[in-house]
Amino acid sequence: MTPTSTPTTTQNRDTGTADFGTRIGRVEAAAYRARHYALNMGEVQGQGYVGQALGSADMFAAVYADQLRYRPEDPLWEDRDRFLLSTGHYAIGHYAALADAGIIPVDELDTYGSDDSRLPMSGMASYTPGMEISGGSLGHGLGVAVGMALGLRLKGSPSRIFNFLSDGELDEGSTWEAAMGAHHHQLGHLTALVDMNALQADGATRSVLSIEPAADKWASFGWYTQRVDGNDAASLLAALDNITRDAGITGRPSVILCDTKVGKGVPLLEEREKAHFMRIEEHEWQICREQLTTGHDGKAAR
Amino acid sequence: MSASTTTEAPDTTTAVKPKLKTSAMIASFADPGQKTAPAPFGHALVRAAEEDPRIVGLTADLGKYTDMHIFARAFPDRFFQMGMAEQLLFGAAAGMAETGLVPFASTYAVFAARRAYDFLCLDIAEPGLNVNIVGGLPGLTTGYGPSHQATEDIAIFRGMPNLTIVDPCDSLDIEQAVPQLAASEGPTYLRLLRGNVPTVLDEYDYTFELGRAKELRPGRDVLFISSGLMTMRALQAAEELAAHHVDVAVLHSPTIKPFDNDTVLRELGKDRLVVTLENHTEVGGLFETVAGVAVRQGAGRRIVPIALPDRFLDAGALPTLHEKYGLSRNRIVQTVLDELA
Repeated sequence: MTPTSTPTTTQNRDTGTADFGTRIGRVEAAAYRARHYALNMGEVQGQGYVGQALGSADMFAAVYADQLRYRPEDPLWEDRDRFLLSTGHYAIGHYAALADAGIIPVDELDTYGSDDSRLPMSGMASYTPGMEISGGSLGHGLGVAVGMALGLRLKGSPSRIFNFLSDGELDEGSTWEAAMGAHHHQLGHLTALVDMNALQADGATRSVLSIEPAADKWASFGWYTQRVDGNDAASLLAALDNITRDAGITGRPSVILCDTKVGKGVPLLEEREKAHFMRIEEHEWQICREQLTTGHDGKAAR
Repeated sequence: MSASTTTEAPDTTTAVKPKLKTSAMIASFADPGQKTAPAPFGHALVRAAEEDPRIVGLTADLGKYTDMHIFARAFPDRFFQMGMAEQLLFGAAAGMAETGLVPFASTYAVFAARRAYDFLCLDIAEPGLNVNIVGGLPGLTTGYGPSHQATEDIAIFRGMPNLTIVDPCDSLDIEQAVPQLAASEGPTYLRLLRGNVPTVLDEYDYTFELGRAKELRPGRDVLFISSGLMTMRALQAAEELAAHHVDVAVLHSPTIKPFDNDTVLRELGKDRLVVTLENHTEVGGLFETVAGVAVRQGAGRRIVPIALPDRFLDAGALPTLHEKYGLSRNRIVQTVLDELA
């Protein structure tokens, strides 16, 4: 990174001026790079939440490559938009996005989960530039996001707050306390993104604790609610545009429920049975990368 | 009612039926006719907020019952009602602190300690945020029963790294503590005495200093080490013991963590009966803090705890319960005389 006297990145806010197709291409490219980074990090450890990182890469990319205002050389820039990773175990996906955004060096990803690394396996605010909160215990992020939204509004800040959570976190009562609070306090500058990958630690979400109809639940809590294919950049960007257009005006907090596929982009991993915490054999990593590239090239050529 | 207590409840079968005492949640431990100050926390917070624009107030549907309503009235734009949602209360307080504000978040001590521990720990204490937690009804300050009696809050919170714990004695302690808690960088937990709070320490040459224990009176025969409202009882008992020709020193230690090891060790080194007094279970509170300091420094010696028993307590009127569980002036005096006999 080259420090400069003027900010190098507040570029993502050209959402009103850039061609929609250009934006889609930018997000897809970012997601593709982030999936590569995630596979490389996974290989360092031989295991990890690789499936979630692959599945949610489009969500991270849509936010980081299209929506978020930040300065890579100054992660604590006062007027930045906040991105809160509530699901700390998705850190591998977040690191990939942070590297792609220039907030942490790509080379540093090799240290993922190692001694003295700034990139522990679970997201920790005190370790990693760009990591706003410590996660790991679930159901924390949205409450903190409510407080940040209230605090930033009180200070007259223009910043938006994005909170990434998972469908498993919808089990947690604290998530719904925060959902009520966000609506009560009319936090129109708060957006929740829920990775609806239908999987949690003990198995399929529907077998652990039924959360459907999830969209009805959020809507009944007063949230501006959308449900989209979370692996489709065009759908994600359209949903984010709807929020910019509608929700900010009404003062309602927004949620996008993103249906995603664990292991997305790597057929070998999409089919894997035990997908929550994946163990991937040594010889498989290269196959994964090749499958990812083949798929991406095929998509680009369509 | 549990069967075995060291002192039985007053006999209610006598011919003249005594006036029923209340077990209401809102009860006062002030003695009849004692000098008190109304809502010292609320007023102190307003004064601090006038000086420091970063201060905001939050509560979880207990503003009126934690004296936070005083602040809410004075600064409606800086007050946030979070509803009966303690996990949100502390999560949101953390979020506000992340934006540079200095939140005071109030609820009952039981809910802060038992219900929202994970949120205090991960959102507030681990990042070391300046969030000030205000817990009403600490120890035995309500007769409402175990659901509202935070007899183990200090034991729970002492294990949390980074957290400062303050157990004030009276209105003066609270008034002086609030601005110091706001000014201190990390998270704090204040055991709140609310409503009409006794004013006691103005009779002594005393100022609250975060992290420091203060000798309120010297004494040759006995050393009381006390915190919270038990310092008031310690002072009363010391007066009465003087009539028995027992000279009692009172060392008030309102900060439980970080503990004033040096002062306590110095006082422990003198040859006196040592008694700790706390409005908390004898497990994991002041007694064990003092004992830990002594043992770590090789000052092994006998220390007598006056504290709540390791039990869920009865419901009832506060004076009855304080007598039953050994926190009353009479029971303290008796405990000391028995020890010296």
